[in-house]
This record gives sequence, structure tokens and C-alpha cells, in this order.
Amino acid sequence: MKKLLLASAVAALGAGGAFADEVKLGISLGFTGPLESMSPTMAQGAEMAMKEVSDSGKFMGGATVVPVRGDSTCIDAAAATATVERLVTTEGVKGIVGGMCSGETTASLQNVGIPNGMVMISPSATSPALSTIEDNGLFFRTSPSDARQGVVMTEIIMEHGINKVAVTYTNNDYGKGLADSFAEAFKAAGGEVTIVAAHDDGKADYSAEVGALAAAGGDALVIAGYVDQGGSGILRGALDTGAFATFVFPDGMVGATLENNFGAEVNGSFGQIPSSEGEGKDKFVAAATAAGFDGTGVYSAEAYDAAALIMLAMAAANSTDPSVYKEKVMDVANAPGEPILPGELGKALELIAAGQDIDYQGASSVELIGAGESAGTFREIEVKDGKIETVKYR
Amino acid sequence: MDLLNALVAVLNYIIVPATAYGAQLALGALGVTLIYGILRFSNFAHGDTMAFGTALTILVTWGLQGMGISAGPLPTALLALPFGIALTAAFMLATDRVVYRYYRRVRAAPVVLTMVSAGVMFVMNGLTRVLIGVDEIRFADGARFVISPQEFKAWTGLAEPLALRSTQVITVVTAALVVVWLFWFLAKTRTGKSMRAFSDNEDLALLSGIDPNRVVAVTWILAAALTTIAGTLYGLDKTFKAFNYFQLLLPIFAAAVVGGLGSPIGAIAGGFVIAYSEVAVTYAWKKVATYIVPGWEADSLMQLLSTEYKFAVSFTILIIVLLFKPTGLFKGKSV
Repeated sequence: MKKLLLASAVAALGAGGAFADEVKLGISLGFTGPLESMSPTMAQGAEMAMKEVSDSGKFMGGATVVPVRGDSTCIDAAAATATVERLVTTEGVKGIVGGMCSGETTASLQNVGIPNGMVMISPSATSPALSTIEDNGLFFRTSPSDARQGVVMTEIIMEHGINKVAVTYTNNDYGKGLADSFAEAFKAAGGEVTIVAAHDDGKADYSAEVGALAAAGGDALVIAGYVDQGGSGILRGALDTGAFATFVFPDGMVGATLENNFGAEVNGSFGQIPSSEGEGKDKFVAAATAAGFDGTGVYSAEAYDAAALIMLAMAAANSTDPSVYKEKVMDVANAPGEPILPGELGKALELIAAGQDIDYQGASSVELIGAGESAGTFREIEVKDGKIETVKYR
Repeated sequence: MDLLNALVAVLNYIIVPATAYGAQLALGALGVTLIYGILRFSNFAHGDTMAFGTALTILVTWGLQGMGISAGPLPTALLALPFGIALTAAFMLATDRVVYRYYRRVRAAPVVLTMVSAGVMFVMNGLTRVLIGVDEIRFADGARFVISPQEFKAWTGLAEPLALRSTQVITVVTAALVVVWLFWFLAKTRTGKSMRAFSDNEDLALLSGIDPNRVVAVTWILAAALTTIAGTLYGLDKTFKAFNYFQLLLPIFAAAVVGGLGSPIGAIAGGFVIAYSEVAVTYAWKKVATYIVPGWEADSLMQLLSTEYKFAVSFTILIIVLLFKPTGLFKGKSV
């Protein structure tokens, strides 16, 4: 056994020497499963960043970055763990863009990422639970936590002069996570949450839920649900009984269905969805179009940023060893330094080589806060004359 | 004034919505009970027949609206209802001819027929989706409220709103009319009597010259009418979504079993028992209590069970009834 270990260690060293000009990065996304339609543009976003860095010729003395895709399935934690295991041990990747969904990401991080000391940057896992996970500084995400959405929602509601609300959520990880983090943020800001009640999707009747919410009362009703599901049932019931007149819509409720089915009835209600805008996003979308894919795809920009952050941190640490460059991720992502937009990765590498600080903005206005997650930009919306209108970005 | 407020709150959040929901469940349970009583099997396809009938009614409604026909303050769907019923009845008769007739001829056990109906359920499930899609459809038009919450508050000066939607009134009135007609039909007409005879004792009914094919056909037509009416009323009151009708199957069966399978009056009682218990047990009584006892504010919400357990309520009732009165509240057949 000892000999075998020794032999493989030697072989690994030899391999390392032979391919020093090639750095592998894993892309662990749900190419099959419930979010399979989102995965391709995300992977293409990440691969575009890798190609940009390789083409610049300025990365680790002219090394190329090679993407290795793996299927995380989004829902099957065991399959995701096996995928990441393969990427780390067989493919020998130096960093991973992924996973995609919160549960699967948690499992692969705890079972493979942390024991192997591998850096994982998820473009799309939003569960608040990932903020407090013991990750040895190895896990980051370029999407905002739903806890962040709770804080943003609190600010928006307070600015409307409302400090007493009822909350209902769809009975799953997304709804529960968002409702809990919002309730906490709202109470911390001095507001009162009268009730936090679950509703199940696809049920025949929501009178009971609406009755309980109405009895608890409040100046507005926060519906952390899906507009194509039970969220609409609750909204309809609350409107018809006159229980509430003002509603707050988080991301799951903002959609065309809201305009079509409720329109002017919810005038004056408001909400927010994670969404970035600005020069970085525009540049990214243009580059994606040139590369032959749709850059407006959900979380595609975040995947580009995740890959870019890994490579820039490697450059800043002058090492592809995850345990070394993990310290640099927050440095390259945040101020101070020269702002870096998509398409400027070559320039960023030059600046790093010259010993200057950079502030990676990227396609989604990256600003890592807390335990290494995006502060996120949110689009505040308000329903006016039956139409969802953007108030501002925050 | 406070007592009035309490009364209005109870009316608005419990009595009115639970009565409408109960009427919808009662109509569904009537259909289940009718098929169980006469054809002797639990029809799992019931929920999806409701969806199918409603989908047809919606298509006819759109046609009528396209021709500029409306029913004034009433929803156009009520005009489309007879067409929907006729089409659904034709479909049910065809299903009976292609599927159920064979199993009747070989005298299959009820459990086999029940499984067959599960197969029919999946077929209808798919057909409805092909026909009209999986999206949520709102097809209610006409006047929306009999009493709107804002007007009620302005008019009475009470703090609590009271809403009475026209669809709720239509639901309850239609359900009452249908039930009265059905009881008259079963009790007074020759066909109704022959159906009851067939239900009580099939062999004896055959001996006395009752045509079984006629009884079966009439049963399917009645079931088609009941499902289409129940489905359309439910869709008018809430929205149409194919998947929701599938979900409706459970409370409908709970209602039919609680009332006693095969007993029409039991189906109606069962529908209201299920609806009221779902709403009342999970209601937060704090507000009402605050109105009734002046100068006292409860610390908690005074909610017996949180709302995610509302289905547990109906099934607890179901289990209790089955344990202590296996034939249901109104002496139906034991399952």
C-alpha cells in the first residue's frame, strides 16, 4: 500500500511537471435535471472567461486554462458528490465553478471540497444556509444569498413607511429560507412580523391560509412563493376578501403572470428581483453574442465571474494551489484597485503582474461580502397601472 | 360594534369561503358517490374528468365571447356549461363503451375497476393538457363582487371588510339547485327509481326488467353533468389549472367517505364538514377574541394548528369516522 501511494505520488509529481503550462478548472453544473435548460449558457459563460485568460498569454507565464465539465444534476446530492470527486481526484482540477443548486452544492462542498482543500465558487446557489457553513475559506458565490434579499426587501418595505407585515411562503427550501431570513432582518430593523405561515403549491383552496394571515394582520403581505403556483392562489384570496391591499413580491412572484392575472388590482404593490445592469453586463452580453451564446441567460454572467475570480486569485497569489490562492479571492473581488470589466481579464493580469491592486467588477458587479458571497444588485419594482415597472437598482 | 366586527371577520374569513368551497366539494363528492353507488367502484378519474369538462366549457366560453355573446352580470361560462356537459357526457359514454363495458361484462372485482379508472385518469390527464395546456386560465367575466370589501367598509363604517363574490353566490345557488333536482330525479322519476333499484340489488333489478345499459348510461351522463358543473364552478371561483383538479381528488374522496359512500345526502354533508374543518381549525382566532373580550389582547395568534396541517385535519376526521362509523355519517356502504 505504501509503495502504491508513493508511486502514485511520484506519478502525480511527474504529471504536474509535464503539464505545468496547463491549468484545469472544473465546471460542476446541473447539465441534466430540473435546471438543465439553464446550465449550457452558464457553462459557456465560465468557459468564455477561461478562453479569454488563456488567449491573453499572461496567465502564470503563458499557461492555458482547460475547462472540465461535470454534471451535478442539481437535485441528486450523491451524483454531484461523485462528479466533484472525479473532477478533483481524477481530472486534477485546481478550482471549481459550481455547484448549481444549494443542496447539491452543500453536499459536494462538505464531502469533497473541504476534505480536499478545493476552492469552489458557485454562480447560482442562493440558500442562506451556505453563508454560515464551515468552509475553511474555500467556498464563495457570485450570486447573492436569499438572506441578502431579505435585507434588501426589509429596506424597501421600510422606505414605504410600513413596519408591520404578515409573511407567507411556499413550503420548500427556497420559500422557507427566504421567509426566515426576511423575518429576521425585518425584526432586526425594528419592524413587526405578525405571522410566518406556509402554503403548499398546487392546492385546491387557500381560504384557510388567507384567513390565518388576515387574522394576524399587518399593513402589507409578503408572499415568498411562486407566481405560477400557490403564490397566485394566496394573492387572489387576499385580494378578494379585502384582507390586504399592499403586497410585497420577492423574485419568485415577479413575472408576466402577475401582470396578466392581476394587473391593476395590485397597483402600488412592490418587490425586488436579483438582477444586474450596467456597463459590465452589457459588455458581457456583447462578448457572449460574439462567442455564439446568449449572455442574458440566467446566472450566465455570474458563472463568467466565478471563473474569472478563480483565475485572477491564482494570478494574485502566483499559485494554482487552492490553499494558497483562496486567500486572494476577496482581494481581487473588492476595492481598492483598478475596476475590471468583462473582456479586461488580460489587463487585470498585467496589473497584477505589475503589483497593482484590482477590483474585479465583472459582468454582475461583483462585490463579495460576509463569508464570500455577492452583495448582489437587486431591481426594485413597483406595479403601476397594471404593469411591473423598475423603480431603481440597489 | 366590536361584536359586529367579530361577526363580520368570522363571516368573511370562515363562513363565506368555507361555504363556497364546501359546495364545490359536495358537488364533486356527489358524482363520486353516484358512481360508487350504482357502478360500484371508486372512480379515480373523477378529478380529471372535472378538469376535462371544465376545459371544454372554457373552450366554448371563448367561442361565445368571440361571437360577442355574454350573460350580462353573470359569467359567460354559465351559458357554455350545457355544451360542456353534453361534450363531456359524450366522452364519458365513449369511455364506458371502450373501457368499462368490458370489465362489467367479465364481472371484474371493484378493485380492478378502480385500477382501470386510475388508467383512465392518466389518459384524461394527458388529454386535458393537450387540449388546453398546463397554464393557469382565468375565464370568469361579468360582475366580480356582490359585496366588495371596500364598499362594505365605507357603507357600514366597520373596521372589518366583508367580501361576497358573485362566483361564491353562483356556486352555492347552483349547487343547491343541482342537489334539489338530483334528489327529485332519484326519488320521483321512473329512471331515478330504476337507478336506485339497480343500486340496491342488481340481480333483483334485472329480474324486474330494468335495462342495465340504460341505467349505466344515465349514471354516466349525470356524473358528467355533476363533474362539469363542479369543475366549472371551482374554476370560476378560483382559476382553472389542470393540476389543481387532480389535487382536488383527495378532499373530494374524503368528503364522500366521511358522508358515507353511496349516500347522496352524506356526500353533501361530507363536503361541508371537510371544508369547514380545514378552514376553522387552522384559523387564527386572535382578532375575533380581541373583539369579543374588550380590553384584552391575546399574546399568541390563538391558532389551533398552523395552516400546513390543514390536510391533516380532513384526514384525521376521515380516520375517526372510519374507526367509529365505518359506513360514514349517513349510512353509506362500507369501503
